[in-house]
Amino acid sequence: MIEVRNLDKSFGKLVVLRDISCHIALQEVVCVIGPSGSGKSTFLRCLNLLEQPTAGEIFIDGVKLTDNDNTINLVRQNVGMVFQRFNLFPHKTALHNVSMGPEIVQKTPRKEAEKIANDLLVKVGLADKANVYPDQLSGGQQQRVAIARALAMQPKIMLFDEPTSALDPEMVGEVLAVMKDLAREGMTMVVVTHEMGFAREVGDRVIFMDEGRLVEEGTPEQIFGNAENERTKAFLSKIL
Amino acid sequence: MEIAINSLPQLLKGASLTVTITVLSVTFGCIIGLIVGLARLSKNKLLRLLATAYVDFFRGTPLLVQILIVYFGTPILLQDAQGFLVDNYGMPQLISNYAMPRLVAAVIACSLNSGAYIAEIFRAGVQSIERGQMEAARSLGMSPRQAMRHVILPQAFKRVIPPLGNEFIALMKDTSLLSVIGIIELTKSGMLIVAWSYEAFAIYLTVAFIYLVMTFTLSRVVDYLERRLKTSD
Repeated sequence: MIEVRNLDKSFGKLVVLRDISCHIALQEVVCVIGPSGSGKSTFLRCLNLLEQPTAGEIFIDGVKLTDNDNTINLVRQNVGMVFQRFNLFPHKTALHNVSMGPEIVQKTPRKEAEKIANDLLVKVGLADKANVYPDQLSGGQQQRVAIARALAMQPKIMLFDEPTSALDPEMVGEVLAVMKDLAREGMTMVVVTHEMGFAREVGDRVIFMDEGRLVEEGTPEQIFGNAENERTKAFLSKIL
Repeated sequence: MEIAINSLPQLLKGASLTVTITVLSVTFGCIIGLIVGLARLSKNKLLRLLATAYVDFFRGTPLLVQILIVYFGTPILLQDAQGFLVDNYGMPQLISNYAMPRLVAAVIACSLNSGAYIAEIFRAGVQSIERGQMEAARSLGMSPRQAMRHVILPQAFKRVIPPLGNEFIALMKDTSLLSVIGIIELTKSGMLIVAWSYEAFAIYLTVAFIYLVMTFTLSRVVDYLERRLKTSD
């Protein structure tokens, strides 16, 4: 589904990603963990070219990502993204935040797009908030709308960039619950997270990154149970 | 006092011309400003360079000089380029007789000038929208153009209303410069009345008062718009 080969990324002289290669299979849920500044968000952002890799190749569903605008737009329709700070469109209601993608990008007729949006809001438990603007929603509700917005494009892959880091603790659960449902339905997911409980419970595989390198990967049992790498152990001992 | 009241109809006629020129110029200025402002943000280096040059020129030179260039300068330019114009009967005609209609020159000069300021207002407005908005729109598969049109600009427009209002008011006052090319707007109407009545103080005070009423009304309208758009957020 996703194939990453020798990915490098630097911002000027600052090297953020070094020689990352990995493979993510269909319906797999991969959690990326690691200290801040380890490059995990940048790695995720490279997967839909919000960051342009400095070197290396990424294939999504067999299509090579290039900086060609048409390819990018097409690939992005298949790759949904959820951001740490939600990034909902403040000038649109919850419903229109969700219906906008299909309507503008896929030219779905408005009525139909709104129907899709309504169904998705029901799915994330926010049917009653359809006509509310983002600033009247709690953080957890906003993030659920953001998930619905990404799902409206019927993506094959969902990327989550620390989706619960900006939330009050009591709202983390409702967002994770929606993500668990998605995983159960067989969505391919890459989740950058500090929620080790989620990684352990839902993740098929855990990737540990440090200083721009993919240090270790394995099943949650392997990583959380008996990590081999010293740095992985040191990191986990601090947070578990 | 009496002279002020008696000359009011004439002054108000001038004021209506002031308003007309201002509204037309701001309208064209907004169109120019949107295009130039977006060009300033373009990935294309040449476009960016041209837009920057435009802004630098029209912001860096006096409006008065710009008015003189458009009204007196461009006909000569046309003449140099073509030498002669052909009249209705196909006879060559020396173009130096040709003058641009004053009102057209006035609106062109004011539009070009305010276009430069409005371009900067739009550019700042677009740049004030946080990066995550563009990223969210792009991650849905929108093209840069679609993201700009449906996500960035609607939010930017709300933010630029106050500075746009300022520009509107500033331009309204600056149209008084058009008196130099014989446009009988509010200030020039006053000057004409003073020329025969010698009542400079009363007349110019009345002129100032009329400007004040117009700019005050305008700023209230801007306030109202700002408040209304805020609640719809």
